[in-house]
Amino acid sequence: MSETAHKKTPLYDEHVRRGGKMIPFGGWLMPVQYTSIVEEHRAVRSNVGMFDISHMGQLIVDGSRAREWLNKMLTNNIDKLDVGSSQYTFLLNERAGIIDDLIAYRISEEKFLLVVNASLTDEDFAWLDRHRAHDVDLTNRSAEFGGVAIQGPRVVDLFHGLLGDDVDLPARNQIVDLELEGMSLTVARTGYTGEDGVEVFFSASDAPKFWNLVLEKGERFGIKPCGLGARDTLRLEMCYPLNGSDLSAERNPIEAGLGSFVDLTKPDFIGREVLLRTKKDGPREKLVPFRMKDKGPPPRPHYSVFNNGERVGEVTSGTLSPSLNWGVGMAYVSTPHAKVGSKIDIEIRGQKFPATIEKKPLYKKS
Amino acid sequence: MNVPDDLLYTETHEWIKREGENVRVGITDHAQSELTDVVYVELPKKDRQANAKEAIAVVESVKAASDIYAPVKGAVVDANKALESNPALLNTDPFGEGWIFVLKIDNADDLKQLNDAAAYRKQIG
Repeated sequence: MSETAHKKTPLYDEHVRRGGKMIPFGGWLMPVQYTSIVEEHRAVRSNVGMFDISHMGQLIVDGSRAREWLNKMLTNNIDKLDVGSSQYTFLLNERAGIIDDLIAYRISEEKFLLVVNASLTDEDFAWLDRHRAHDVDLTNRSAEFGGVAIQGPRVVDLFHGLLGDDVDLPARNQIVDLELEGMSLTVARTGYTGEDGVEVFFSASDAPKFWNLVLEKGERFGIKPCGLGARDTLRLEMCYPLNGSDLSAERNPIEAGLGSFVDLTKPDFIGREVLLRTKKDGPREKLVPFRMKDKGPPPRPHYSVFNNGERVGEVTSGTLSPSLNWGVGMAYVSTPHAKVGSKIDIEIRGQKFPATIEKKPLYKKS
Repeated sequence: MNVPDDLLYTETHEWIKREGENVRVGITDHAQSELTDVVYVELPKKDRQANAKEAIAVVESVKAASDIYAPVKGAVVDANKALESNPALLNTDPFGEGWIFVLKIDNADDLKQLNDAAAYRKQIG
């Protein structure tokens, strides 16, 4: 695809102006980094960083039967969601394969916001629309809204600087509407980095103003604009999955080790029958985090995993963890070899390097 | 972007410095700035024979692994061991301390195939 075929977020010009290195991602041109993935990663772990997430899809589900219908479409239990709360959940196909992983926010009694992966927005919408109950409204508002993730231990200080000391941020996983200098903001205490943080949504036309205001007010807290590179290393240290790498339509949430976001006690949702069977029989393979034993080349997606010379799996995500300064990754490994503490080998350019299967997360705050 | 006039260049972003019968090879300032944060370098073994455009080293950034090619046919006579403990030298001093290997060239005429600084500047825009 040529550059002109890729979509630009309302922050595209700001990224270019600040020296962001733009790459195609999920049909969009996004900054992979500004100065350095490692510097941006460290800014989020120790101060605060801001990511453009305007490429992510925003679907609105509205109607008196919205709750009931979503509970049939998604794996987690929407009934547990109060107004102003959110949950991580999956959209599955009939084989329980993962179409997408998403956050569902309940913004009012009958209205839900689904924030989905950029490249899957149209596919998710088409799937939901095909299964739509007749008295449920479904809208794709992605084009009218922009969004940023502001993540890091100094996010509360930054927000007090922006909104005043008397304005409280929503609690973890909560979502609220706020006003700032004439801009209507929807602020959720969610993120993809393992740090305290918020995701903020606003009208696309307000995007540059909000972005620049946060960077200006955030300067004294050491804020950095961050790209997809740091977003990937941060999420991988926490073992948060990335759809398209760790998740796919060929994998189900139990294999991915994310069964806690599936409520099998719900009477009816797409994929339930297959998941009940997977749970009973046990998955053939499991997604597990691992850490290289020695310093050496970092693991990468598609490298083979061995146990005593036998091929037992494949790496789905891998990098040199900037926080640990060590090679880490995630891999699907056949269940008998997937126990925490198991020794495996990662094949890199024809040579085997030892690694150990670890517990989640790979990085813990000291 | 720094593109020294006294070096030769490949389209794959290696620089080449003539040293008598040998050439010293590294990656350009442009290449290191595209990669950023080099975290691992796999060096070629001494005495290995290499054809022109054959991948003989690997430079890994946080994000990805990139092959480094022999610019001309020759034999590896030296590799920069300092990069094993300090791969970031590729970022901080790509044309100096960050050199990757030295080749003894088979045929000095092969160097005529390589680009000069002006051509490389044009390539990277």
